[in-house]
Amino acid sequence: MKRRKFDRAALPAKTAGAVDDRFQVATPLRKLLNKVFPDHWSFLLGEIALFSFVVLLLTGVFLTFFYEPAMTEVTYDGSYAPLRGTPMSAAYASSLDISFDVRGGLIMRQMHHWAALLFMAAIVVHMLRVFFTGAFRKPRETNWIIGSLLFWVGFLAGFTGYSLPDDGLSGTGLRIASGIILSIPVIGSWVSSSIFGGEFPGTIIISRFFIAHVLLIPGLLVALISVHLGLVFKQKHTQWPGPGRTNENVVGERMFPRYALKQGGFFMVVFGVIALMGGLFQINPIWYFGPYEAWVVSAASQPDWYVMFLDGSTRLMPGWEISIPIGDGYVIPPLFWPTVVLPGILVGLSTMYPFLEARRLKDYRHHNLLQRPRDVPARTAVGAMAVAFYIVLTLSGGNDVIADKFHISLNAMTWAGRIGLLVVPPLAYYVTYRICLGLQQHDREVLAHGVETGIIKRLPDGRFVEVHQPLTSADGHDGHAPALDYVGWVVPKKMNRLGALGPAIRGFFYPIEKPAEAPVSPGHPPVEPRPEREEISSGESRR
Amino acid sequence: MSTHTEHQAHSGPEPLDVNDPRLSRFDIVQEGARRDDIEIVHYEAQVVPGSKAERRLTRTVAMMFLLTGVLATAFLAIYIWWPWQWEAGRGGDKLYTPLLGLTLGLALLGIGFGILTWGKKLLPKEVSIQDRHDQPSSPDDRKITGETMRYLADELGVKRRPLLGISVLAGLAPVGAVAAAPLIGGLIEQPHKNNQMFTTGFQPAEGGKKIRLIREDGRPIRPADVSVGGQLTVFPGIEGGVSNKHADSPTLLIHLREDDAQKSRAANERKGHGDYMWGNYVAFSKICTHAGCPASLYEQQTNRLLCPCHQSQFLITDNAKPIFGPANRPLPQLPIEVDEEGFFVAKSDYTETIGPDFWERP
Repeated sequence: MKRRKFDRAALPAKTAGAVDDRFQVATPLRKLLNKVFPDHWSFLLGEIALFSFVVLLLTGVFLTFFYEPAMTEVTYDGSYAPLRGTPMSAAYASSLDISFDVRGGLIMRQMHHWAALLFMAAIVVHMLRVFFTGAFRKPRETNWIIGSLLFWVGFLAGFTGYSLPDDGLSGTGLRIASGIILSIPVIGSWVSSSIFGGEFPGTIIISRFFIAHVLLIPGLLVALISVHLGLVFKQKHTQWPGPGRTNENVVGERMFPRYALKQGGFFMVVFGVIALMGGLFQINPIWYFGPYEAWVVSAASQPDWYVMFLDGSTRLMPGWEISIPIGDGYVIPPLFWPTVVLPGILVGLSTMYPFLEARRLKDYRHHNLLQRPRDVPARTAVGAMAVAFYIVLTLSGGNDVIADKFHISLNAMTWAGRIGLLVVPPLAYYVTYRICLGLQQHDREVLAHGVETGIIKRLPDGRFVEVHQPLTSADGHDGHAPALDYVGWVVPKKMNRLGALGPAIRGFFYPIEKPAEAPVSPGHPPVEPRPEREEISSGESRR
Repeated sequence: MSTHTEHQAHSGPEPLDVNDPRLSRFDIVQEGARRDDIEIVHYEAQVVPGSKAERRLTRTVAMMFLLTGVLATAFLAIYIWWPWQWEAGRGGDKLYTPLLGLTLGLALLGIGFGILTWGKKLLPKEVSIQDRHDQPSSPDDRKITGETMRYLADELGVKRRPLLGISVLAGLAPVGAVAAAPLIGGLIEQPHKNNQMFTTGFQPAEGGKKIRLIREDGRPIRPADVSVGGQLTVFPGIEGGVSNKHADSPTLLIHLREDDAQKSRAANERKGHGDYMWGNYVAFSKICTHAGCPASLYEQQTNRLLCPCHQSQFLITDNAKPIFGPANRPLPQLPIEVDEEGFFVAKSDYTETIGPDFWERP
């Protein structure tokens, strides 16, 4: 029998055909390969969060192989000599083992921690981008809500995570958390004793936090992130206004090959930066803190940065207790307001914001074009106010360190925070609002009169005026260029933006190519080659 | 290039025959895009094939990938052969983690920037325009879907057969509770078992002896052990007294100077705690009444006790009253005396509740 010749070149096509016969993938795959994504650096902030999350999953799985979520008391017998012989919980001992007795364990632990910090930071910055550009407007309110929930779920993931080593610092954090739970009116003591399995600290909390941290919360995060990305995919990304860009189209690159390659490269860069940080920058050196003992604490006990604003609000709150004189008497402790009520208000306000704004502006249309922050002064100012509020609280979360390093009285720092919390946000609102208006006005001015050239002309009557380069050729009435309409995008304000000056010559040590002609970019008409430079002289001839 | 946005897809020519042998591969790609309502309006190579610039970029990208290979190999070599186990002093083991991070990080950055350069510099630049199609479904579709749902409800006939509706609700609601019950029932814990929130390790056993104050190493304390102006963290002299089992019991024993002791005694008497001190010694709970951190920074000159977590400050000579910060309740005072053997004991348990406030604290 003649053996059929194996045609290697036809193999991919044959396989693909076989796959499509069974799963009918060619049509959906064509659509996927072709999907167009708009591109802007600010659209990559959320990616950082996503990529950090992937790193968190990878390093986290590694850590679970060595971590022991138990509070049974053991005597440390590992390589780290200063703690040898110390009684401690098995959780703390195994965390020390990860740091000292598992080869490469420390870099994994530190990468995990840095990735968590980066994850939260990227979420916050991404959220600010979405807020200030109005990307949360209809039809994307749902995704905004999911995004804000992601912050809080990430917050819980972080808190449960850094409590797991059961070291001196994180135990203090747990103690405060139990105090916060206790402060909830009516049910506080019941909730606390149910979570801790009795009186603080009990012996079960680490195992409960462990399962929450490695299963429940990551599961929720994966679910929320999937819906978040799915909605971005379904609703298509917003885009900045610009030439050819409308509310009904997406202008950008097809997903493959260039866009996907850039994403892949960016993931490796984020991964690489986390690896560098995990190796080079020490984070949470638990062996200095010792095991958790209820009677030991040190100054400068700060939580991770994203928890600091709550620590700050707790520090600034005056000791106002509400007593309810019924029966034996009941109390609402001052701790309740800054740690339970405030986050509640923040969640409510942030998730409801898209609806509040739509209601105020009576704007229920679809918006796929982004807005420049300056064009919506009220929203930008509200955002600045929120940021100012957050910064005052975060700084107050470290006010003992600031007081110590700058030799300021601690009480003065607390008072500065209390007053600052009331004064700075409104001030931020006002200043931001004015800056937005100023920027708007300058845009209009350039559109009407042209770009400042820096060339001063002396008129025959002795006046000096600056020459402006109009953005269009002079064909309007009375010889002036017609005023242009503002289209919601960057107005060129420098001559080289107009292509009137050539771009910088490329090359690090020596020019790698001939100086390019003035660029021809989308949206801008080609510019004439620049004329020979005329000498600017005082007017007298120098012959 | 042009920036016009009209689509040929709708008004344009008939779909191309993709089997036409004259079409180039890119023609087919463009036709595919068009069928997805995408117009590739600008597609421009960034480098001329075979040009010096192309060769240079190719070399750069290849260099980055090769660098990654070198660094990854270095990572493996360090991982395997570098001394990694912790030793006292400034040994090479302290460089183990930084070297791993450096090689791994740079290796990953090599791949990252290699791919980025490849994608950004070597691939053609393009501008494509895709329709959004984010209009709501057609009125017909809305109508059909809505009517289908109503039809479903009609068919179930809950309206005509109300008994079914009621019985479903009444019958299935407990099933939901069944799902929740083991979770809540298993977790829930009575907070006031053994009156635990109001007692500490200093509570003498039923008819038992008064509890001694002990140090962290378990030794009892004589008055002479604490010098004037000095302070000591003390624990109940019971089993597990110096452990997190009795996290509410750590106490600060302070030997006040004469004039401060007088102030303190006067303040005690005002509060009806006249016999809580022993000599010039005073003992306060170390657990902050604000959030439960140990309030452990004692400023000897001003007699203030500072909690480092949220900076509540307590004035020891005035019944440990909070004088700054978020705390609202004085630190509870432990009544102390010296037993016949000359060691400190607690006269009784604390008479106020230890630790952070909660709703039913009387």
